[in-house]
Amino acid sequence: MKLTLKIWRQSGPDVAGSFLTYQANNVSEHMSFLEMLDVVNEELLELGQEPIAFDHDCREGICGMCSMVINGTAHGPRPATTVCQLHMRSFADGDTVVIEPWRAHAFPVIRDLVVDRSAFDRIIAAGGFITAPTGSAQDANGILIPKQDSDLAMDAAACIGCGACVAACPNGSAMLFTAAKVSHLALLPQGQPERDRRALAMVRQMDAEDFGGCTFFGECEAVCPKSISIQNIARMNGELIRATLHNRGLAASEAGVG
Amino acid sequence: MKLDAKMPGGPLEEKWDRHKADLKLVSPANKRKFHVIVVGSGLAGASAAASMAELGYQVSCFCFQDSPRRAHSIAAQGGINAAKNYPNDGDSVWRLFYDTIKGGDFRSREGNTYRLAQVSANIIDQCVAQGVPFAREYGGMLANRSFGGAQVSRTFYARGQTGQQLLIGAYQALERVIGTGAVKMYTRHEMLELVTVDGRARGIVARDLITGQMESFAGDAVVLATGGYGNVFFLSTNAKGCNVTAAYRAFKKGAGFANPCFTQIHPTCIPVSGDYQSKLTLMSESLRNDGRVWVPKAQGDQRAPGDIPDSERDYYLERKYPAFGNLSPRDIASRAAKEACDDGRGVGPGGRGVYLDFASAIARLGEPTIRERYGNLFEMYERITDENPYRRPMRIYPAVHYTMGGLWVDYNLMSNLPGLHVIGEANFSDHGANRLGASALMQGLADGYFILPYTIGNYLGGDKLPAVDTSHPAFREAEERATAQLTRLLAINGTRSVDSFHKELGHIMWEDCGMARDRAGLERALQRIPELRAEFWENVKVPGAAATLNQSLEKAGRVADFLEFGELLCRDALVREESCGGHFRTEYQTPDGEAERNDAEFAHVSVWESAGEGKPAVMHKEPLDFEFVHLATRSYK
Amino acid sequence: MNQVAALWQSTIGKKVAMALTGVIMILFLISHTISNDLIFVNPHHLDSYGAWLRSFGPLLWIARAGLLITVVVHIVAASQLTIRARNARPATYDKREYRVATYAARTMRWGGVLLAVFIVFHILHFTTGTFLPGWQEGKVGANVMLGFSSTPVAIFYVIAMLALGLHLSHGVWAAFQTLGINHPAYRGLRRGIAWTLAIVIAGGLATIPIAAMLGLLK
Ligand SMILES: Cc1cc2nc3c(=O)[nH]c(=O)nc-3n(C[C@H](O)[C@H](O)[C@H](O)COP(=O)(O)OP(=O)(O)OC[C@H]3O[C@@H](n4cnc5c(N)ncnc54)[C@H](O)[C@@H]3O)c2cc1C
Ligand code: HEM
Ligand code: HEM
Ligand code: SF4
Ligand code: F3S
Ligand code: FES
Repeated sequence: MKLTLKIWRQSGPDVAGSFLTYQANNVSEHMSFLEMLDVVNEELLELGQEPIAFDHDCREGICGMCSMVINGTAHGPRPATTVCQLHMRSFADGDTVVIEPWRAHAFPVIRDLVVDRSAFDRIIAAGGFITAPTGSAQDANGILIPKQDSDLAMDAAACIGCGACVAACPNGSAMLFTAAKVSHLALLPQGQPERDRRALAMVRQMDAEDFGGCTFFGECEAVCPKSISIQNIARMNGELIRATLHNRGLAASEAGVG
Repeated sequence: MKLDAKMPGGPLEEKWDRHKADLKLVSPANKRKFHVIVVGSGLAGASAAASMAELGYQVSCFCFQDSPRRAHSIAAQGGINAAKNYPNDGDSVWRLFYDTIKGGDFRSREGNTYRLAQVSANIIDQCVAQGVPFAREYGGMLANRSFGGAQVSRTFYARGQTGQQLLIGAYQALERVIGTGAVKMYTRHEMLELVTVDGRARGIVARDLITGQMESFAGDAVVLATGGYGNVFFLSTNAKGCNVTAAYRAFKKGAGFANPCFTQIHPTCIPVSGDYQSKLTLMSESLRNDGRVWVPKAQGDQRAPGDIPDSERDYYLERKYPAFGNLSPRDIASRAAKEACDDGRGVGPGGRGVYLDFASAIARLGEPTIRERYGNLFEMYERITDENPYRRPMRIYPAVHYTMGGLWVDYNLMSNLPGLHVIGEANFSDHGANRLGASALMQGLADGYFILPYTIGNYLGGDKLPAVDTSHPAFREAEERATAQLTRLLAINGTRSVDSFHKELGHIMWEDCGMARDRAGLERALQRIPELRAEFWENVKVPGAAATLNQSLEKAGRVADFLEFGELLCRDALVREESCGGHFRTEYQTPDGEAERNDAEFAHVSVWESAGEGKPAVMHKEPLDFEFVHLATRSYK
Repeated sequence: MNQVAALWQSTIGKKVAMALTGVIMILFLISHTISNDLIFVNPHHLDSYGAWLRSFGPLLWIARAGLLITVVVHIVAASQLTIRARNARPATYDKREYRVATYAARTMRWGGVLLAVFIVFHILHFTTGTFLPGWQEGKVGANVMLGFSSTPVAIFYVIAMLALGLHLSHGVWAAFQTLGINHPAYRGLRRGIAWTLAIVIAGGLATIPIAAMLGLLK
């Protein structure tokens, strides 16, 4: 099948970008979306033009590297699917496909479709962990965890950190990503000791990164390749209120960190 | 090249404890003074960097992705082994050790493999403490499943995302110490040179992939945790970025490369669908717990699987290997699939596929149970093939998956280059000639959490190192070499893309050095690879500049290394005139087509030493002596 | 205390403030609806209600002050979050399509502005009579009739009530989420409460100008 591609090209972080139109003429419905772009890039190379830069690695929907907005939808039309797992059978011959990078103040474009998502790492570094220095652990079955709880935790832990939630949110909010981690750890007994400071610290970092707040548009949940539920956002809100009421303060508990 | 494994004496059970007692220690006050460079943030790298930082070392950690959490370990699906014996089905450290060394076809060191089994249990404890949500029973206990090459259930798993959850655990531990400043993380940085000063590894040169800047980093020890080289075959289950560059450039600096020809072909991957194919997708081995592998008995049977009655199906694994059946080890299952297809009984496009059928499991356990166990794998399969595996058996075919070979290391995980430590898939590790399922995650975390943090102290606590910083000429020189290569690549401006070369190399490797190898094929490959390499350096086209994000340039550098490394791999395969594990030489097989090992001549590690640019590498042998296990012929019948 | 300050500093904290002030306004509006609908029984009941209100004297002023603060806090938080969101998401997509965001959710901000305008007008209209020539202190029922005798004004009220209903249909549900009240078992119930409140309050109030236009008030 043949497609018309309208792709965002931007040669560097502080350079203005623009859309360029390309023709993809020999697309097979069995190709993955990224394989389609590979083919386009090979053609660009022949024409002596620079290939389109895009992030990707595992191409199995798990590393969270691939990131592009296709026709206004982060990760494209197929629900619960990353672009690398999206196949061309989701498009029709003759379609025009608009491809853009994640757009958010906190995710500056590096080149073409490649953006800087390091803000996510900083949110995790702020408190998205359980302090368990190597070697300090007791027997794994020492603390029993109800299957339901560990399943719920697993649902949240499935987040691949791709950033589609931010890209899709009209507020450019990172609530779903942050909430997924807060929930994952708050749901487990091992996560209890740091529960309050985690919520406080992660939310503080999230705000410091200039992400927007949550109006409950639900767009994030709709594009999330791992179907992380906005229930987690409500849970995080509860965690923050809880932490505030406990009134232990962040600075105080901060000392304990490291 | 001196190859001293530094294997402690004494009974197998006591080696590690004795060794730990003998290791030199570094006092907490002094640890702060040592700077360790960790290249790689996968299970091995992240766990090592975090653990060493917790001990007090200054650590710098590098990865080429935009976040340490994206390392290829994230893709591991099936699970991680540990000799916990929770199911009480007779597992033990010894049994895990024995299964591993037998699975590896007796081509690994007893001492290392035993230690791996010993620390396996601590790994699960550590991960649970970090909040890794392993699957659990209703009673709240951890759940186990069985995996290839084992008759006990010792595999822990988190849905079909075990690697992801383990890596997220290690990543969180790493981010925690990044937060405290104990680790400095360099993402989107690619190591291009290892820097040695007076024969010791003292730093690296890495390229900032965003600015294109060449940067030098000096340290007291360098740890490579850069993963496997499966992508030398172009098509593999590895992530697109997986490469041999870091390891190969260390090899060029004098590090020994061990058993490069020990590569693993995974039996259950989704078959190739077209020549645009960019990678192959693994369907976790765990599927073989409940899936039955079969092909039609008749050649070229074009009927839909549903229309083929049981009597006309050949469940060849169950037939050939009654004891292990569908759970026979990977090398065996892969070869059996190849045989069936070569015999014209393959299914799907091109006849390059076999069925993995869940009908009977669904009948026995019901669809919900199967969905609970493999839901996300089934979805992935349907997404890619547009076929519903609940209704129609999966089509699978073997694909390159893992590389047992890697940089040579001693019992302390240090290479022959003092100061250069190698962990995870990047070292030649504990898996011999074939790795059992769920053992790589175990090894990566064993190395990173529980072995390297001890053994590196032995090096750092040893003889005093002279202070070295990046002003040392060795760094200039390394930077210049790295820059020169990029400039050269950009200057060629030929007509063929990097990928086209990579694909051609992959094709050669797969055809002549893949599942079944023979002298003729290997010699052909050894003829064609140098030719292809020569053409690459004359005719490759790398657009763009060196001073920006340039993905073609990154690929070009990696493929340049693969083009040299592929030759080394084939040479290793050629000189190992026996069949063992993943290395199957058709000349050496038993009458019934099983691998025929030659312990008399080949019970050794082949360690290759670079002889400098253009000159053929030299092979050294580290003999493998087996005091505690007797070298049985592997039988899964 | 500094904890509460810290909470207010955070995006989530501002949402919590909006939710709480929202709840206060809702409580006010419930009573406001009931009392206003007394007009259907007999316009003079409204007067006695007004008189009753005034009988509280200073207390009334305290309540009014509280109500004023509530609205101000709500608006301040709303404005800050809106500015923040605009800045967090400067560029929009060439082909932006909402998948699930409801109309109500997407109109929270403009709807809110409309409500703000309404409230100011409304007070100057009925409470102070500034915009209502012929307004008489204490003759609440009469004032309402008089006020709605102008169809444009009545229509403006109806529109405002539509905006209010929309605002509440999303707002009340959102408030549950913001306050972390999210037990999965009651997901449906929370939606239900939101719609009920929206319809009862906005509907209950809108009936008055509508009835007035249809000439049903006498
Ligand atoms: C699809 C798939 C499924 C698997 N499933 C299982 C399983 O179920 N059980 C199991 O036990 N094993 C499994 N494996 C094997 C296992 O995942 C890997 O062997 C293991 O994760 C390797 O971990 P690692 O830390 O050694 O390397 P990796 O996780 O590959 O990490 C390599 C790191 O090195 C960095 N790096 C590489 N080169 C450079 C460079 N030049 N400069 C800077 N940084 C560099 C990368 O950025 C990355 O951070 C699977 C493998 C695959 C491909
Ligand atoms: C059709 C709808 C409405 C009608 C008919 C109505 C009617 C009235 C009347 C008659 C008064 C004067 C009461 C008195 O002076 O004793 C009043 C006061 C007031 N109304 Fe409304 N109202 C309506 C909707 C609203 C809404 C939607 C809000 C808020 C969002 C609101 C907020 C107020 C406030 C704050 C006062 C002042 C109360 C005081 O301080 O005395 N009203 N309203
Ligand atoms: C005075 C003018 C008003 C303005 C400017 C306004 C504005 C807003 C805005 C912008 C939001 C969405 C905030 C966000 O999620 O980003 C909101 C939420 C809300 N508003 Fe209003 N509003 C006003 C009046 C009212 C009134 C009269 C009520 C109730 C009677 C109300 C109840 C709510 C509630 C309950 C929410 C949900 C808060 C949350 O999401 O937690 N608002 N308002
Ligand atoms: S929550 Fe979903 S969309 Fe957001 S980063 Fe995680 S996986 Fe991606
Ligand atoms: S889309 Fe945005 S507004 Fe909240 S629910 Fe999702 S983060
Ligand atoms: S490339 Fe890894 S998730 Fe898409």
